[in-house]
Amino acid sequence: MDRLFSAAVTFAAFCLSMAAWGMGESPRPAAVHAAAETPEAQLVNGLLDVVHNRLDSALGRIDRLLQSNPNFRLAHLVKGDILLARTRSIATLGGGSDAPTERLEGLREEAVARVRRFRQVVTGEKLPAYLLQLDAKQKYAVVVDAERSTLYVFENRQGTPRYLADYYISIGRNGVRKAAEGDRRTPLGVYQVVASLPKEKLADFYGDGAFPINYPNEWDRRHGRKGHGIWLHGTPSDTYSRPPMASDGCIVLSNQDLRNLTARLQVGSTPVVIAERVEWVDPASLRASRKDLLSAVESWRKDWESRDMGRYLGHYSAKFSGNGLDFKQWAKQKQQVNQAKRWIKIRIGEMGAFLYPGREQLAVVDFVQDYASSNLSQRGHKRQYWLKEGSRWKIVYEGAA
Amino acid sequence: MPISLRALFALPLAVLLSIASISPSRADEVQEATQLLKQGHPTQALERINAFLAAHPKDAKGRFLKGLILAEQSKTAEAIKVFSALTEDYPELPEPYNNLAVLHAVQGQYDKAKTALEMAIRTHPSYAVAHENLGDIYAKMATQAYDRALQLDRGNAAAQTKLALIRELFSGTGKPAKPAAKLEASKVPMAAAPAAPLPPVVKPPPVAAPALPAAKPPVSSEDSASAAKSNAETGAVAQALENWAQAWSSNNVPAYLGHYAKDFAPPAGATRSAWEATRRQLVAKPRKISVAITDLKVTFPEPNKATASFVQDYRSGAMKSVISKTLVLVKTDGKWLIQREQVGKK
Repeated sequence: MDRLFSAAVTFAAFCLSMAAWGMGESPRPAAVHAAAETPEAQLVNGLLDVVHNRLDSALGRIDRLLQSNPNFRLAHLVKGDILLARTRSIATLGGGSDAPTERLEGLREEAVARVRRFRQVVTGEKLPAYLLQLDAKQKYAVVVDAERSTLYVFENRQGTPRYLADYYISIGRNGVRKAAEGDRRTPLGVYQVVASLPKEKLADFYGDGAFPINYPNEWDRRHGRKGHGIWLHGTPSDTYSRPPMASDGCIVLSNQDLRNLTARLQVGSTPVVIAERVEWVDPASLRASRKDLLSAVESWRKDWESRDMGRYLGHYSAKFSGNGLDFKQWAKQKQQVNQAKRWIKIRIGEMGAFLYPGREQLAVVDFVQDYASSNLSQRGHKRQYWLKEGSRWKIVYEGAA
Repeated sequence: MPISLRALFALPLAVLLSIASISPSRADEVQEATQLLKQGHPTQALERINAFLAAHPKDAKGRFLKGLILAEQSKTAEAIKVFSALTEDYPELPEPYNNLAVLHAVQGQYDKAKTALEMAIRTHPSYAVAHENLGDIYAKMATQAYDRALQLDRGNAAAQTKLALIRELFSGTGKPAKPAAKLEASKVPMAAAPAAPLPPVVKPPPVAAPALPAAKPPVSSEDSASAAKSNAETGAVAQALENWAQAWSSNNVPAYLGHYAKDFAPPAGATRSAWEATRRQLVAKPRKISVAITDLKVTFPEPNKATASFVQDYRSGAMKSVISKTLVLVKTDGKWLIQREQVGKK
């Protein structure tokens, strides 16, 4: 059957070119590969078999994969190619199909994304730049890399994140930077899981569960970004996975992955950072940026206690807005309130601190504030957005969380 | 025995027959049956070959012909048995494998067809017909795989295969089959056998409709447009059920029965006409009926299919029953018709 097998060569070349995509730097620990073969691993190993002209082995792998995941459309496509590659030349994924290109496009993109994900090689103990500090109650944190079609889960180890798992995801079909209702984009920013909707309450479309996040958050609203209903959710019962850019803005996982993730999502607490492309940094560098931000917060706290209005208000940006007040109104109100006090004691705790993805030097801080003063005491959850202006962190938003 | 057989098989058919004339009657009988088949008398051919096989049950050529006759008669399952037994008794012969594969393919069992052809090629690596057939099977399976990948529905249009049945035993061992020995499956009656069922089309998944009048189930804005659409559909289903209950309440039999789809499945395996007769009697019976629907919940498992669960409050004279009911409705020509009716929740 040699003459038949040789026809596979062009298809193999295509697979190789796809595999080459994944050679870049990346943080995924190598140990993940050693674990039991995930459907994704079975798929990619099947493609690698094709590359090495082992069509029988490839077909066996894909058949086994389809036995346990009969709705894995990409695997069906690969199966079609492997079968045809025995008798004719298949130049590209799905190349033997007479379907219009646009129908194949999504599956091809999924193949590229999955090969790329699979081929990621560990480059050390790097961490996402965003997870500066996790509150003790935040047992896990979620970081999404939109470009890499990947959702990472980190575990909170004494405030510092540790990689736990990652999953293939789909995002909005028009990409990222959600700004308007119906723009079919996924927002970028720091969010939280705010609800859990069980399967029983959902249409089949959303799969085995859904977790709405708090888009639009304070920062989005400040920038006039509209829309709502951004969820993490599963896939319909007849669909194993969707192409990388397929949703109307939601983050979609396979039902199997969603079930694994479910145990780690805490409503009202788990942070979900969505980045266009995750920035990975050394733990030392992460510690340095944490110290940089948290010392600014500490200095703000002390200056508030000191009742030195110049120093206290010096922590606020001219671009500040919060509670419906701009900087001038805020300064005036604070001056009036603080002048009447003989003393102020501020304690802050249960703090989570996150760097915002993107070019801006923006950070979000959540904490519980114990406020005591000569004439008033209160305790509450607070959220601040800090923006780095020159070399100084300044508060651009402050409000109850 | 197998060794001497193989030696014979390597020879052209004419030579083979002359050698076989050591027992002339045997060759004649098979020859006659072959002629009958060629002349379009498969029934007589089958009688003749059965008579021959009664005396020579092991004869490979006779059994092979019997398999061909059965295939010609579209008795695919029986033909499969014959060729399958031949592959067990003579695993070194590629022809029975090939024909077995063609028949499996006719039944849409491409995996089995593929295995059989691969066996044929394993025994005779340069067996051209089997190679061609295997190529067709690969293409067929690939089409199925692509259809599943891309969720295409080709109906049965693409189910045509051009598989060749081997018409004569010992035709291709080690040599390419003669064109005359290759018949396209589409030219023999077998080709009319039902095409392989393709996997059902799966349309883009619908969004569940909000329950009426209960609280709306959550719908992500992600799909607000389709949600709005399904809201409208929920309204249409609710209206259809309202009309159905109304027709029932007003003893209007034609209107009541008009709410049931052509393929409505009567409960408990009753026939459609028996069910209709009972319903006619019960619905038409001149007495006051009132049917009210509450707690309606509608979901759309498929775009043109709805599942409606509700509480049915039925009163007629002294009779009163409050039960939960689940109806499956299908949208036919823009109307929602009842396809299944069952008491209790789904």
